[in-house]
Parts: sequence; structure tokens; C-alpha cells
Amino acid sequence: MIEKYIFYFFAAILIFAATRVITVKNPVHAALFLVLGFFSSAAIWMLLHAEFLAIALIVVYVGAVMVLFLFVVMMLDINITVVREGFVRYFPVAMLVGIIILIEMGLVLWNANAGLASPEAINAFANSELPNTEVLGNALYTVYVYPFEIAAAILLVAMVAAIALTMREKRQHKYIPPEKQVFVKREDRVRLVKMAAEPKD
Amino acid sequence: MLVLSDFLILGAVLFCLSVAGMFLNRKNMLIILMCIELMLLSVNMNFIAFSHFNADIAGQIFVFFILTVAAAESAIGLAILIVLFRNRGTINIEDLDSMKG
Repeated sequence: MIEKYIFYFFAAILIFAATRVITVKNPVHAALFLVLGFFSSAAIWMLLHAEFLAIALIVVYVGAVMVLFLFVVMMLDINITVVREGFVRYFPVAMLVGIIILIEMGLVLWNANAGLASPEAINAFANSELPNTEVLGNALYTVYVYPFEIAAAILLVAMVAAIALTMREKRQHKYIPPEKQVFVKREDRVRLVKMAAEPKD
Repeated sequence: MLVLSDFLILGAVLFCLSVAGMFLNRKNMLIILMCIELMLLSVNMNFIAFSHFNADIAGQIFVFFILTVAAAESAIGLAILIVLFRNRGTINIEDLDSMKG
């Protein structure tokens, strides 16, 4: 019974945070409300016995992705008044589309409990001997090891792409093109000067 | 007792809020990227709920991969945003119509 109250508490916070993300004026506040949303959904995932993913959500999302978002928001000099134009104009159509999708999904999902595992099986899965992290690791490094390696490659590609996109050549860079450098001769660089010996003081 | 529908409807509400957010913030590309993150979060919520109620770990594995891809996507998206701002001085999507026929 207490679980139900915890769920509704965090679900209310999550929906409030998501609403603020899409309505708030300042993008910095939007990013911070998104952080609040991630924290409350991590709590809900804890309720579902997905401890590892709940912590990973906080570490990866709040710790890395949202900090990246905040960096970008603060680096860009955004004119908020221009960006906010059209909010009122698009409000009715946004509400209409959102509510239609919500009603359609609600009709499908309202009684989506058929064909699931029995309560005993769920209970045994949730309260198994092995911790969640160990179960996840056992599956990840055996059955799903090939997708896991592809995920690593995707991260590498993303890192290279992000660096390549944002890297800028420096203006006052002292750079010698190697193809010209190999043709340099001794005479271009070294000058031998003949001069008489200077008298001793 | 919590049932699967509770979690699925929470995910659906989150998804609809982020779709509405894309309409509301048509000019601000940053908020649209944040809305994509919210959408992925709602999908992850569904996956974890199904994983729990089907007593199967595969759903959580998929969430793991979605988190990976989402991190890569937001890194590249923000890099594109920075390059865009550097070249055009704006992140207003309606100004970015140079490829319009």
C-alpha cells in the first residue's frame, strides 16, 4: 500500500517537472526541471526493482547529459523574447494533439494486464537471490555481448563526431604545411656569415 | 497494489507532454532537444515496467542501450546546435529555411 503512495507522489512530481520543462521561459530553468524529472523517474524505477538503471540514469543523465545541456545553454547567447514568440499561437494545437494522443494511448493501455507473468513469478524475479546489477551483467555480457560492443562503437563515433563538428582552427596558429616542409633546403634556413675576428678587450 | 497500467499511463502522459512541448517551443531548438530526452525517458519507463511485470531482464537491457544511444544523440545534437549558432547566430528553427525549395 505504501508503494502506491510513493508511486503517486513521484509520478506527480515527474508530471509537474515535465510540464514546467515545456512551459518555462528560461532554458536554464527548463534544464533544471528536467533534472528534477530524471530524479523522480529514477525513484519510480527503484520501485520497479531496477536499481542499477535508476542509478545509471542519475549518473549518466543528470551527471553528464544535463550538465552538457547547461553548458550549451550558458554558452549560447539566446534572445528569449524572440524564442518565445508564437507560444500562445501554438498552445491550442499543442493541447489538441497532446490530448488526442493521450486519449488514444489511454484507451489501449487502460487494461494492459493480460498475458503477463503470474504474481508469484514477478515476486520471485523482483526478490531474487542475485542483486539486480548482477542479473543485468550476467545477461549483458553473455547473451547481449555483441550489441554491447556495438553500443561502445556508437559512443566512440558520437565522441569523434561531436569533437570534429565543434573544433575550430585557431586563427594565430603557427602551422607549417608538411608537404612544403619536406622541400626545404639547407640554404633556405642556414646563413653562414664571414667576419673578422674581434679584438680582445 | 500497483499494476502495469499505472506505469504505462504515466509513460503515455510523459510522451504526450513532450509532443505538446515540441509544438509549444517551435522556435527554440534547445527545448526541442530536451523534449526528445523526455520522450526517451517515457519509453524507458515502459520498458522497465514491462521488464518487471513480465519477470524478464531483457527489458532492462534495452533501457541500457537506449540510454547509450540517447547520450550519443544529445552529444551530437548539441554539437550541431553550437555549430549552427556559430554560423547563423540563431537557434530559431524558423530562420533555418535555406534548404526550403
